[in-house]
Amino acid sequence: MGTIIELFSYDFFVNAFWASLLAAISCGIVGTYIVSRRIVFISGGITHASFGGIGMGYYMGINPLIGAGIFSILSGMGIQLFSSKGKVREDSSIAIWWSLGMAIGIIFVYMTPGYAPNLMSYLFGSILTVSSAELWLMAALSAIIVLFFTLFYRTILYVAFDEDFARTSDLPVDLFNYLLMILISLTIVLNIRVVGIILILSLLTIPQATANVLTREFSRMMVYSVVFAFLASFIGLLISYFADIPSGATIIFTQVVLFGLVKLIFVLHPSR
Amino acid sequence: MKKLLELKDLSAGYDKNIVLENVSFEVFSGDFIGIIGPNGGGKTTLIKTILGLIKPASGEMNMLISKTNIGYLPQVNQIDKRFPISVIDVVRSGKANSALFSSFHKNTAEKEKAEALLAEMGISHIRNKAIGELSGGQMQRVFLCRALMNQPELLILDEPSTYVDNNFEGELYLKLKELNEQMAILLISHDVGTISFFVKTIACVNRTVHHHPSNIISEEQLASYNCPLQIITHGNIPHTVLKQHDEHEHHGHNH
Repeated sequence: MGTIIELFSYDFFVNAFWASLLAAISCGIVGTYIVSRRIVFISGGITHASFGGIGMGYYMGINPLIGAGIFSILSGMGIQLFSSKGKVREDSSIAIWWSLGMAIGIIFVYMTPGYAPNLMSYLFGSILTVSSAELWLMAALSAIIVLFFTLFYRTILYVAFDEDFARTSDLPVDLFNYLLMILISLTIVLNIRVVGIILILSLLTIPQATANVLTREFSRMMVYSVVFAFLASFIGLLISYFADIPSGATIIFTQVVLFGLVKLIFVLHPSR
Repeated sequence: MKKLLELKDLSAGYDKNIVLENVSFEVFSGDFIGIIGPNGGGKTTLIKTILGLIKPASGEMNMLISKTNIGYLPQVNQIDKRFPISVIDVVRSGKANSALFSSFHKNTAEKEKAEALLAEMGISHIRNKAIGELSGGQMQRVFLCRALMNQPELLILDEPSTYVDNNFEGELYLKLKELNEQMAILLISHDVGTISFFVKTIACVNRTVHHHPSNIISEEQLASYNCPLQIITHGNIPHTVLKQHDEHEHHGHNH
Protein backbone atom coordinates (compact mmCIF):
# COMPACT_ATOMS: atom_id res chain seq x y z
CA MET A 1 0.00 0.00 0.00
CA GLY A 2 2.85 2.32 0.92
CA THR A 3 4.34 1.99 -2.55
CA ILE A 4 1.02 2.95 -4.15
CA ILE A 5 0.87 6.15 -2.09
CA GLU A 6 4.50 6.80 -2.99
CA LEU A 7 3.54 6.56 -6.66
CA PHE A 8 1.34 9.61 -6.25
CA SER A 9 4.44 11.72 -5.62
CA TYR A 10 5.35 11.26 -9.29
CA ASP A 11 3.73 13.76 -11.65
CA PHE A 12 3.37 11.21 -14.43
CA PHE A 13 1.46 8.88 -12.13
CA VAL A 14 -0.86 11.61 -10.84
CA ASN A 15 -1.58 12.50 -14.47
CA ALA A 16 -2.26 8.87 -15.28
CA PHE A 17 -4.62 8.63 -12.29
CA TRP A 18 -6.64 11.63 -13.51
CA ALA A 19 -6.59 10.29 -17.06
CA SER A 20 -8.11 6.99 -15.95
CA LEU A 21 -10.80 8.80 -13.93
CA LEU A 22 -11.70 11.22 -16.74
CA ALA A 23 -11.64 8.46 -19.36
CA ALA A 24 -13.99 6.44 -17.16
CA ILE A 25 -16.47 9.33 -16.91
CA SER A 26 -16.65 10.13 -20.63
CA CYS A 27 -16.40 6.54 -21.88
CA GLY A 28 -18.75 5.17 -19.20
CA ILE A 29 -21.56 7.58 -20.09
CA VAL A 30 -21.13 7.77 -23.86
CA GLY A 31 -20.51 4.01 -24.04
CA THR A 32 -23.85 3.33 -22.32
CA TYR A 33 -25.54 5.29 -25.10
CA ILE A 34 -23.51 3.43 -27.76
CA VAL A 35 -24.27 -0.02 -26.36
CA SER A 36 -27.96 0.68 -25.70
CA ARG A 37 -28.43 2.08 -29.17
CA ARG A 38 -26.46 -0.80 -30.75
CA ILE A 39 -24.06 1.50 -32.60
CA VAL A 40 -20.86 -0.20 -31.44
CA PHE A 41 -19.82 -0.95 -35.02
CA ILE A 42 -20.31 2.68 -36.09
CA SER A 43 -18.13 3.73 -33.16
CA GLY A 44 -15.47 1.25 -34.28
CA GLY A 45 -15.57 2.81 -37.75
CA ILE A 46 -15.17 6.33 -36.35
CA THR A 47 -12.29 5.21 -34.12
CA HIS A 48 -10.26 3.64 -36.89
CA ALA A 49 -11.07 6.39 -39.40
CA SER A 50 -9.49 8.86 -36.98
CA PHE A 51 -6.10 7.29 -37.74
CA GLY A 52 -6.24 9.14 -41.06
CA GLY A 53 -6.23 12.39 -39.10
CA ILE A 54 -3.33 11.27 -36.94
CA GLY A 55 -1.24 10.51 -40.04
CA MET A 56 -2.21 13.85 -41.55
CA GLY A 57 -1.25 15.61 -38.32
CA TYR A 58 2.23 14.04 -38.45
CA TYR A 59 2.69 14.97 -42.09
CA MET A 60 1.58 18.58 -41.65
CA GLY A 61 3.34 19.00 -38.33
CA ILE A 62 0.21 19.80 -36.30
CA ASN A 63 -1.07 18.01 -33.18
CA PRO A 64 -2.28 14.60 -34.43
CA LEU A 65 -5.29 14.78 -32.09
CA ILE A 66 -6.63 17.79 -34.03
CA GLY A 67 -6.44 15.78 -37.24
CA ALA A 68 -8.03 12.81 -35.50
CA GLY A 69 -10.90 15.00 -34.28
CA ILE A 70 -11.61 16.30 -37.78
CA PHE A 71 -11.46 12.81 -39.30
CA SER A 72 -13.65 11.18 -36.67
CA ILE A 73 -16.43 13.78 -36.93
CA LEU A 74 -16.29 13.69 -40.74
CA SER A 75 -16.41 9.90 -40.81
CA GLY A 76 -19.34 9.87 -38.37
CA MET A 77 -21.27 12.20 -40.68
CA GLY A 78 -19.98 10.34 -43.75
CA ILE A 79 -21.25 6.97 -42.50
CA GLN A 80 -24.73 8.41 -41.97
CA LEU A 81 -24.68 10.25 -45.30
CA PHE A 82 -23.55 7.19 -47.29
CA SER A 83 -26.21 4.95 -45.82
CA SER A 84 -29.13 7.41 -45.79
CA LYS A 85 -28.57 9.31 -49.06
CA GLY A 86 -26.13 7.12 -50.98
CA LYS A 87 -28.10 3.89 -50.51
CA VAL A 88 -25.00 2.03 -49.32
CA ARG A 89 -25.80 -0.63 -46.71
CA GLU A 90 -24.88 0.75 -43.31
CA ASP A 91 -22.35 -1.92 -42.37
CA SER A 92 -20.65 -1.55 -45.76
CA SER A 93 -20.62 2.21 -45.35
CA ILE A 94 -18.93 1.79 -41.94
CA ALA A 95 -16.31 -0.55 -43.42
CA ILE A 96 -15.55 1.91 -46.24
CA TRP A 97 -14.85 4.79 -43.81
CA TRP A 98 -13.06 2.51 -41.37
CA SER A 99 -10.53 1.29 -43.95
CA LEU A 100 -10.29 4.60 -45.85
CA GLY A 101 -9.20 6.39 -42.66
CA MET A 102 -6.62 3.71 -41.85
CA ALA A 103 -5.28 3.79 -45.43
CA ILE A 104 -4.93 7.59 -45.45
CA GLY A 105 -3.16 7.41 -42.09
CA ILE A 106 -0.67 4.81 -43.27
CA ILE A 107 0.11 6.75 -46.46
CA PHE A 108 0.71 10.00 -44.55
CA VAL A 109 2.88 8.34 -41.90
CA TYR A 110 4.93 6.76 -44.69
CA MET A 111 5.35 10.11 -46.45
CA THR A 112 6.43 11.88 -43.26
CA PRO A 113 10.23 12.18 -43.31
CA GLY A 114 12.08 10.43 -40.52
CA TYR A 115 10.68 8.28 -37.75
CA ALA A 116 7.17 9.10 -36.50
CA PRO A 117 7.59 9.54 -32.74
CA ASN A 118 4.81 8.38 -30.42
CA LEU A 119 3.00 6.63 -33.26
CA MET A 120 2.70 3.51 -31.14
CA SER A 121 1.15 5.48 -28.29
CA TYR A 122 -1.73 6.51 -30.56
CA LEU A 123 -2.28 2.94 -31.72
CA PHE A 124 -1.94 1.18 -28.38
CA GLY A 125 -2.28 3.99 -25.84
CA SER A 126 0.13 5.27 -23.26
CA ILE A 127 -1.63 6.51 -20.17
CA LEU A 128 1.66 7.26 -18.39
CA THR A 129 2.62 9.91 -20.96
CA VAL A 130 -0.65 11.87 -21.03
CA SER A 131 0.16 15.59 -20.82
CA SER A 132 -1.49 18.21 -18.61
CA ALA A 133 -2.95 19.95 -21.65
CA GLU A 134 -4.58 16.71 -22.76
CA LEU A 135 -5.92 16.21 -19.23
CA TRP A 136 -7.59 19.63 -19.31
CA LEU A 137 -9.23 18.75 -22.62
CA MET A 138 -10.45 15.44 -21.17
CA ALA A 139 -11.79 17.25 -18.11
CA ALA A 140 -13.67 19.76 -20.27
CA LEU A 141 -15.17 16.95 -22.34
CA SER A 142 -16.23 15.00 -19.24
CA ALA A 143 -17.89 18.13 -17.83
CA ILE A 144 -19.75 18.74 -21.09
CA ILE A 145 -20.92 15.12 -21.24
CA VAL A 146 -22.11 15.02 -17.63
CA LEU A 147 -23.96 18.31 -18.11
CA PHE A 148 -25.50 17.28 -21.43
CA PHE A 149 -26.68 13.89 -20.19
CA THR A 150 -28.09 15.39 -16.98
CA LEU A 151 -29.91 18.26 -18.67
CA PHE A 152 -31.35 16.22 -21.52
CA TYR A 153 -31.53 12.81 -19.86
CA ARG A 154 -35.11 12.02 -20.81
CA THR A 155 -34.83 13.30 -24.36
CA ILE A 156 -31.68 11.23 -24.94
CA LEU A 157 -33.33 8.16 -23.42
CA TYR A 158 -36.54 8.48 -25.45
CA VAL A 159 -34.78 9.18 -28.75
CA ALA A 160 -32.43 6.24 -28.21
CA PHE A 161 -35.20 3.84 -27.20
CA ASP A 162 -37.75 4.53 -29.92
CA GLU A 163 -36.75 7.07 -32.55
CA ASP A 164 -40.03 6.93 -34.49
CA PHE A 165 -42.12 7.45 -31.38
CA ALA A 166 -39.88 10.36 -30.35
CA ARG A 167 -40.51 11.92 -33.76
CA THR A 168 -44.27 11.64 -33.30
CA SER A 169 -43.81 13.44 -29.97
CA ASP A 170 -42.09 16.34 -31.77
CA LEU A 171 -38.75 15.78 -30.06
CA PRO A 172 -35.75 17.20 -32.01
CA VAL A 173 -34.55 13.72 -33.02
CA ASP A 174 -32.14 14.68 -35.83
CA LEU A 175 -30.50 17.40 -33.74
CA PHE A 176 -29.87 14.98 -30.88
CA ASN A 177 -28.57 12.28 -33.22
CA TYR A 178 -25.99 14.71 -34.59
CA LEU A 179 -25.03 16.16 -31.21
CA LEU A 180 -24.52 12.67 -29.80
CA MET A 181 -22.53 11.62 -32.86
CA ILE A 182 -20.21 14.60 -32.26
CA LEU A 183 -19.89 13.71 -28.55
CA ILE A 184 -19.04 10.10 -29.50
CA SER A 185 -16.35 11.34 -31.91
CA LEU A 186 -14.82 13.68 -29.33
CA THR A 187 -14.91 10.99 -26.64
CA ILE A 188 -13.06 8.59 -28.91
CA VAL A 189 -10.42 11.12 -29.97
CA LEU A 190 -9.65 12.49 -26.51
CA ASN A 191 -9.35 9.02 -25.01
CA ILE A 192 -7.12 7.61 -27.75
CA ARG A 193 -4.04 8.51 -25.69
CA VAL A 194 -5.29 6.40 -22.78
CA VAL A 195 -5.79 3.02 -24.45
CA GLY A 196 -5.13 3.66 -28.14
CA ILE A 197 -7.12 3.39 -31.36
CA ILE A 198 -6.99 -0.39 -31.42
CA LEU A 199 -8.40 -0.77 -27.90
CA ILE A 200 -10.64 2.26 -27.26
CA LEU A 201 -13.78 0.38 -28.28
CA SER A 202 -13.36 -1.80 -25.20
CA LEU A 203 -13.69 1.19 -22.83
CA LEU A 204 -16.96 1.98 -24.56
CA THR A 205 -18.40 -1.53 -24.32
CA ILE A 206 -16.89 -3.77 -21.60
CA PRO A 207 -17.73 -1.64 -18.50
CA GLN A 208 -21.24 -1.30 -19.96
CA ALA A 209 -21.54 -5.06 -20.37
CA THR A 210 -20.45 -5.45 -16.74
CA ALA A 211 -22.98 -2.81 -15.62
CA ASN A 212 -25.68 -4.50 -17.69
CA VAL A 213 -25.25 -7.67 -15.62
CA LEU A 214 -26.41 -5.72 -12.55
CA THR A 215 -29.00 -3.34 -13.97
CA ARG A 216 -31.31 -2.84 -16.90
CA GLU A 217 -31.94 0.81 -16.24
CA PHE A 218 -30.24 3.43 -18.42
CA SER A 219 -29.29 5.93 -15.69
CA ARG A 220 -27.90 3.25 -13.34
CA MET A 221 -26.07 1.64 -16.24
CA MET A 222 -24.27 4.95 -16.88
CA VAL A 223 -23.18 5.32 -13.25
CA TYR A 224 -22.11 1.68 -12.85
CA SER A 225 -20.21 1.85 -16.15
CA VAL A 226 -18.23 4.85 -14.93
CA VAL A 227 -17.39 3.01 -11.69
CA PHE A 228 -16.35 -0.22 -13.44
CA ALA A 229 -14.38 1.66 -16.09
CA PHE A 230 -12.48 3.56 -13.41
CA LEU A 231 -11.86 0.51 -11.22
CA ALA A 232 -10.47 -1.52 -14.09
CA SER A 233 -8.43 1.37 -15.49
CA PHE A 234 -6.81 2.14 -12.15
CA ILE A 235 -6.12 -1.48 -11.25
CA GLY A 236 -4.83 -2.08 -14.78
CA LEU A 237 -2.61 0.96 -14.46
CA LEU A 238 -1.07 -0.34 -11.23
CA ILE A 239 -0.52 -3.82 -12.65
CA SER A 240 1.07 -2.46 -15.81
CA TYR A 241 3.39 -0.25 -13.72
CA PHE A 242 4.55 -2.97 -11.36
CA ALA A 243 4.72 -5.76 -13.95
CA ASP A 244 6.20 -3.39 -16.55
CA ILE A 245 3.80 -4.40 -19.31
CA PRO A 246 1.90 -2.12 -21.76
CA SER A 247 -0.75 -0.05 -19.93
CA GLY A 248 -3.49 0.02 -22.58
CA ALA A 249 -3.55 -3.73 -23.03
CA THR A 250 -3.40 -4.34 -19.26
CA ILE A 251 -6.36 -2.00 -18.67
CA ILE A 252 -8.46 -3.84 -21.23
CA PHE A 253 -7.44 -7.19 -19.81
CA THR A 254 -8.51 -6.00 -16.34
CA GLN A 255 -11.87 -4.82 -17.78
CA VAL A 256 -12.55 -8.31 -19.11
CA VAL A 257 -11.49 -10.00 -15.87
CA LEU A 258 -13.78 -7.66 -13.91
CA PHE A 259 -16.64 -8.47 -16.28
CA GLY A 260 -15.99 -12.20 -15.80
CA LEU A 261 -15.95 -11.85 -12.01
CA VAL A 262 -19.18 -9.85 -11.84
CA LYS A 263 -20.87 -12.25 -14.24
CA LEU A 264 -19.67 -15.23 -12.21
CA ILE A 265 -20.90 -13.74 -8.91
CA PHE A 266 -24.24 -12.98 -10.51
CA VAL A 267 -24.60 -16.50 -11.90
CA LEU A 268 -23.78 -18.02 -8.49
CA HIS A 269 -26.10 -15.61 -6.62
CA PRO A 270 -28.80 -14.73 -9.13
CA SER A 271 -31.04 -13.19 -6.46
CA ARG A 272 -28.66 -10.30 -5.93
CA MET B 1 -68.79 14.88 -35.24
CA LYS B 2 -65.52 16.69 -35.57
CA LYS B 3 -63.19 15.94 -38.46
CA LEU B 4 -59.74 15.01 -37.15
CA LEU B 5 -57.79 14.50 -40.35
CA GLU B 6 -58.22 14.16 -44.07
CA LEU B 7 -56.07 12.81 -46.86
CA LYS B 8 -56.75 13.98 -50.43
CA ASP B 9 -55.36 12.16 -53.50
CA LEU B 10 -52.33 11.31 -51.45
CA SER B 11 -49.44 9.17 -52.68
CA ALA B 12 -46.65 8.02 -50.42
CA GLY B 13 -43.84 5.49 -50.20
CA TYR B 14 -40.15 5.01 -49.66
CA ASP B 15 -37.78 6.83 -52.02
CA LYS B 16 -39.04 6.18 -55.55
CA ASN B 17 -41.06 3.16 -54.53
CA ILE B 18 -44.65 4.39 -54.26
CA VAL B 19 -46.69 2.16 -51.93
CA LEU B 20 -49.89 4.19 -51.66
CA GLU B 21 -51.59 5.92 -54.57
CA ASN B 22 -54.48 8.39 -54.76
CA VAL B 23 -55.60 7.83 -51.21
CA SER B 24 -58.56 9.86 -49.99
CA PHE B 25 -59.45 9.11 -46.43
CA GLU B 26 -61.08 10.91 -43.53
CA VAL B 27 -61.19 10.30 -39.81
CA PHE B 28 -63.83 11.80 -37.51
CA SER B 29 -64.08 11.87 -33.75
CA GLY B 30 -65.82 8.73 -32.52
CA ASP B 31 -64.51 6.63 -35.42
CA PHE B 32 -63.20 3.12 -34.79
CA ILE B 33 -61.68 2.04 -38.07
CA GLY B 34 -60.16 -1.38 -38.65
CA ILE B 35 -57.41 -1.17 -41.25
CA ILE B 36 -56.94 -4.43 -43.13
CA GLY B 37 -55.10 -5.49 -46.24
CA PRO B 38 -52.42 -7.84 -47.52
CA ASN B 39 -48.81 -7.66 -46.35
CA GLY B 40 -46.99 -4.98 -48.31
CA GLY B 41 -50.32 -3.38 -49.21
CA GLY B 42 -49.43 -0.16 -47.41
CA LYS B 43 -51.16 -0.39 -44.00
CA THR B 44 -48.10 0.71 -42.04
CA THR B 45 -47.16 3.27 -44.73
CA LEU B 46 -50.63 4.81 -44.32
CA ILE B 47 -50.30 5.32 -40.58
CA LYS B 48 -46.66 6.41 -40.78
CA THR B 49 -47.79 9.08 -43.24
CA ILE B 50 -50.54 10.17 -40.87
CA LEU B 51 -47.99 10.28 -38.03
CA GLY B 52 -45.67 12.44 -40.12
CA LEU B 53 -42.91 9.80 -40.21
CA ILE B 54 -43.15 9.61 -44.01
CA LYS B 55 -43.57 12.68 -46.20
CA PRO B 56 -46.27 12.29 -48.85
CA ALA B 57 -44.92 12.20 -52.42
CA SER B 58 -47.98 14.06 -53.70
CA GLY B 59 -51.48 15.04 -52.66
CA GLU B 60 -52.38 16.67 -49.40
CA MET B 61 -52.89 15.77 -45.78
CA ASN B 62 -54.78 18.06 -43.43
CA MET B 63 -54.25 17.37 -39.78
CA LEU B 64 -56.93 19.18 -37.84
CA ILE B 65 -55.60 18.24 -34.41
CA SER B 66 -52.18 18.78 -32.87
CA LYS B 67 -49.58 16.12 -33.69
CA THR B 68 -49.05 15.51 -29.98
CA ASN B 69 -52.75 14.66 -29.66
CA ILE B 70 -52.19 11.42 -31.51
CA GLY B 71 -51.38 8.30 -29.49
CA TYR B 72 -49.29 5.69 -31.29
CA LEU B 73 -48.62 2.04 -30.57
CA PRO B 74 -46.00 0.72 -33.03
CA GLN B 75 -45.45 -2.88 -34.07
CA VAL B 76 -43.71 -4.71 -31.24
CA ASN B 77 -40.94 -5.98 -33.51
CA GLN B 78 -39.87 -2.36 -34.09
CA ILE B 79 -38.90 -2.15 -30.42
CA ASP B 80 -35.46 -3.16 -29.13
CA LYS B 81 -36.47 -5.45 -26.29
CA ARG B 82 -33.01 -5.49 -24.72
CA PHE B 83 -32.84 -1.74 -24.34
CA PRO B 84 -32.10 -0.80 -20.71
CA ILE B 85 -35.30 1.06 -19.88
CA SER B 86 -37.88 0.49 -17.16
CA VAL B 87 -41.63 0.16 -17.70
CA ILE B 88 -42.41 3.43 -15.91
CA ASP B 89 -39.94 5.33 -18.11
CA VAL B 90 -41.44 3.82 -21.27
CA VAL B 91 -44.88 5.01 -20.20
CA ARG B 92 -43.58 8.45 -19.25
CA SER B 93 -41.99 8.80 -22.69
CA GLY B 94 -45.57 9.11 -23.98
CA LYS B 95 -45.45 12.69 -22.75
CA ALA B 96 -42.05 13.26 -24.28
CA ASN B 97 -42.89 16.71 -25.60
CA SER B 98 -42.41 17.93 -22.05
CA ALA B 99 -39.13 16.02 -21.72
CA LEU B 100 -36.66 18.69 -22.83
CA PHE B 101 -35.04 20.00 -19.65
CA SER B 102 -37.37 17.77 -17.63
CA SER B 103 -34.53 16.82 -15.29
CA PHE B 104 -35.01 20.23 -13.68
CA HIS B 105 -38.57 19.98 -12.48
CA LYS B 106 -39.97 16.89 -10.93
CA ASN B 107 -43.01 16.36 -13.15
CA THR B 108 -45.09 14.81 -10.40
CA ALA B 109 -48.28 15.18 -12.45
CA GLU B 110 -46.71 13.29 -15.34
CA LYS B 111 -45.46 10.55 -13.03
CA GLU B 112 -48.85 10.21 -11.34
CA LYS B 113 -50.56 9.99 -14.72
CA ALA B 114 -48.21 7.17 -15.73
CA GLU B 115 -48.85 5.35 -12.43
CA ALA B 116 -52.60 5.76 -12.86
CA LEU B 117 -52.50 4.28 -16.38
CA LEU B 118 -50.43 1.31 -15.20
CA ALA B 119 -52.95 0.72 -12.41
CA GLU B 120 -55.83 0.96 -14.88
CA MET B 121 -54.25 -1.77 -17.02
CA GLY B 122 -53.58 -3.83 -13.90
CA ILE B 123 -49.80 -3.84 -14.30
CA SER B 124 -48.62 -1.56 -11.47
CA HIS B 125 -46.52 -4.39 -10.06
CA ILE B 126 -44.19 -4.40 -13.09
CA ARG B 127 -43.51 -0.65 -13.02
CA ASN B 128 -39.79 -1.03 -12.25
CA LYS B 129 -39.14 -4.04 -14.47
CA ALA B 130 -37.03 -3.72 -17.58
CA ILE B 131 -38.91 -3.85 -20.85
CA GLY B 132 -37.13 -7.08 -21.81
CA GLU B 133 -38.49 -8.96 -18.79
CA LEU B 134 -42.13 -8.67 -19.85
CA SER B 135 -44.45 -11.11 -21.59
CA GLY B 136 -45.99 -10.15 -24.91
CA GLY B 137 -49.28 -9.16 -23.31
CA GLN B 138 -47.62 -7.06 -20.62
CA MET B 139 -45.51 -5.31 -23.24
CA GLN B 140 -48.53 -4.37 -25.34
CA ARG B 141 -50.25 -3.01 -22.23
CA VAL B 142 -47.19 -0.89 -21.46
CA PHE B 143 -47.15 0.50 -25.00
CA LEU B 144 -50.88 1.17 -24.79
CA CYS B 145 -50.25 3.14 -21.57
CA ARG B 146 -47.52 5.11 -23.35
CA ALA B 147 -49.88 5.88 -26.25
CA LEU B 148 -52.51 7.15 -23.80
CA MET B 149 -50.22 9.46 -21.80
CA ASN B 150 -51.20 12.57 -23.75
CA GLN B 151 -54.94 11.84 -23.59
CA PRO B 152 -55.02 11.60 -27.38
CA GLU B 153 -57.96 12.48 -29.60
CA LEU B 154 -56.79 9.86 -32.06
CA LEU B 155 -55.24 6.52 -31.13
CA ILE B 156 -53.33 4.59 -33.79
CA LEU B 157 -52.38 0.95 -33.21
CA ASP B 158 -50.22 -1.18 -35.52
CA GLU B 159 -50.92 -4.89 -35.01
CA PRO B 160 -51.39 -4.75 -31.22
CA SER B 161 -52.34 -8.42 -31.06
CA THR B 162 -49.01 -9.88 -32.20
CA TYR B 163 -47.13 -11.89 -29.55
CA VAL B 164 -50.09 -11.83 -27.15
CA ASP B 165 -52.22 -14.71 -25.94
CA ASN B 166 -55.86 -15.05 -26.94
CA ASN B 167 -57.12 -14.05 -23.50
CA PHE B 168 -55.37 -10.74 -23.60
CA GLU B 169 -56.37 -10.19 -27.21
CA GLY B 170 -60.04 -10.24 -26.26
CA GLU B 171 -59.35 -8.04 -23.24
CA LEU B 172 -57.44 -5.57 -25.41
CA TYR B 173 -60.25 -5.16 -27.91
CA LEU B 174 -62.81 -4.64 -25.13
CA LYS B 175 -60.50 -1.99 -23.66
CA LEU B 176 -60.26 -0.31 -27.04
CA LYS B 177 -64.03 -0.31 -27.34
CA GLU B 178 -64.19 1.46 -23.99
CA LEU B 179 -61.50 3.97 -25.03
CA ASN B 180 -63.41 4.63 -28.24
CA GLU B 181 -65.97 6.58 -26.18
CA GLN B 182 -63.27 9.21 -25.61
CA MET B 183 -61.16 9.03 -28.76
CA ALA B 184 -61.11 7.95 -32.38
CA ILE B 185 -59.17 4.75 -33.08
CA LEU B 186 -57.31 3.42 -36.12
CA LEU B 187 -56.46 -0.25 -35.71
CA ILE B 188 -54.24 -2.17 -38.12
CA SER B 189 -54.76 -5.89 -38.07
CA HIS B 190 -54.21 -8.89 -40.29
CA ASP B 191 -57.04 -10.66 -38.45
CA VAL B 192 -60.11 -9.43 -40.29
CA GLY B 193 -62.55 -11.76 -38.58
CA THR B 194 -61.64 -10.76 -35.05
CA ILE B 195 -61.46 -7.02 -35.44
CA SER B 196 -64.67 -6.77 -37.45
CA PHE B 197 -66.50 -7.68 -34.25
CA PHE B 198 -65.15 -4.62 -32.43
CA VAL B 199 -64.59 -1.89 -35.01
CA LYS B 200 -67.28 0.35 -36.44
CA THR B 201 -65.98 0.56 -40.00
CA ILE B 202 -63.33 -1.17 -42.08
CA ALA B 203 -60.76 0.34 -44.42
CA CYS B 204 -59.09 -1.96 -46.88
CA VAL B 205 -55.57 -0.87 -47.84
CA ASN B 206 -53.97 -2.29 -50.96
CA ARG B 207 -52.08 0.40 -52.90
CA THR B 208 -55.11 2.58 -52.30
CA VAL B 209 -57.73 2.81 -49.54
CA HIS B 210 -61.37 1.72 -49.65
CA HIS B 211 -63.25 2.83 -46.58
CA HIS B 212 -66.14 0.43 -46.17
CA PRO B 213 -69.05 2.08 -44.34
CA SER B 214 -69.70 -0.76 -41.90
CA ASN B 215 -67.84 -3.43 -39.99
CA ILE B 216 -69.23 -6.24 -42.11
CA ILE B 217 -67.35 -7.01 -45.23
CA SER B 218 -67.63 -10.07 -47.43
CA GLU B 219 -64.99 -11.89 -49.39
CA GLU B 220 -66.73 -10.78 -52.58
CA GLN B 221 -66.42 -7.15 -51.52
CA LEU B 222 -62.81 -7.68 -50.59
CA ALA B 223 -62.24 -9.13 -54.02
CA SER B 224 -63.93 -6.17 -55.70
CA TYR B 225 -61.65 -3.85 -53.65
CA ASN B 226 -58.73 -5.86 -55.01
CA CYS B 227 -57.94 -6.80 -51.43
CA PRO B 228 -56.87 -10.45 -51.51
CA LEU B 229 -57.60 -11.55 -47.93
CA GLN B 230 -59.15 -14.65 -46.51
CA ILE B 231 -61.51 -14.25 -43.62
CA ILE B 232 -60.21 -16.63 -40.99
CA THR B 233 -59.90 -16.51 -37.24
CA HIS B 234 -58.27 -18.83 -34.76
CA GLY B 235 -58.93 -19.79 -31.18
CA ASN B 236 -61.67 -18.78 -28.83
CA ILE B 237 -61.90 -15.11 -29.58
CA PRO B 238 -65.39 -13.86 -30.31
CA HIS B 239 -65.62 -12.93 -33.94
CA THR B 240 -68.12 -12.30 -36.66
CA VAL B 241 -68.56 -14.84 -39.40
CA LEU B 242 -69.10 -12.57 -42.30
CA LYS B 243 -70.08 -14.64 -45.22
CA GLN B 244 -73.34 -16.29 -44.41
CA HIS B 245 -74.84 -13.89 -41.89
CA ASP B 246 -76.33 -10.46 -42.18
CA GLU B 247 -75.97 -9.60 -38.54
CA HIS B 248 -73.19 -10.02 -36.03
CA GLU B 249 -73.14 -13.44 -34.57
CA HIS B 250 -71.14 -14.42 -31.57
CA HIS B 251 -69.07 -17.49 -32.32
CA GLY B 252 -66.31 -19.32 -30.65
CA HIS B 253 -65.02 -22.08 -32.79
CA ASN B 254 -61.69 -23.63 -33.51
CA HIS B 255 -60.04 -24.35 -36.77
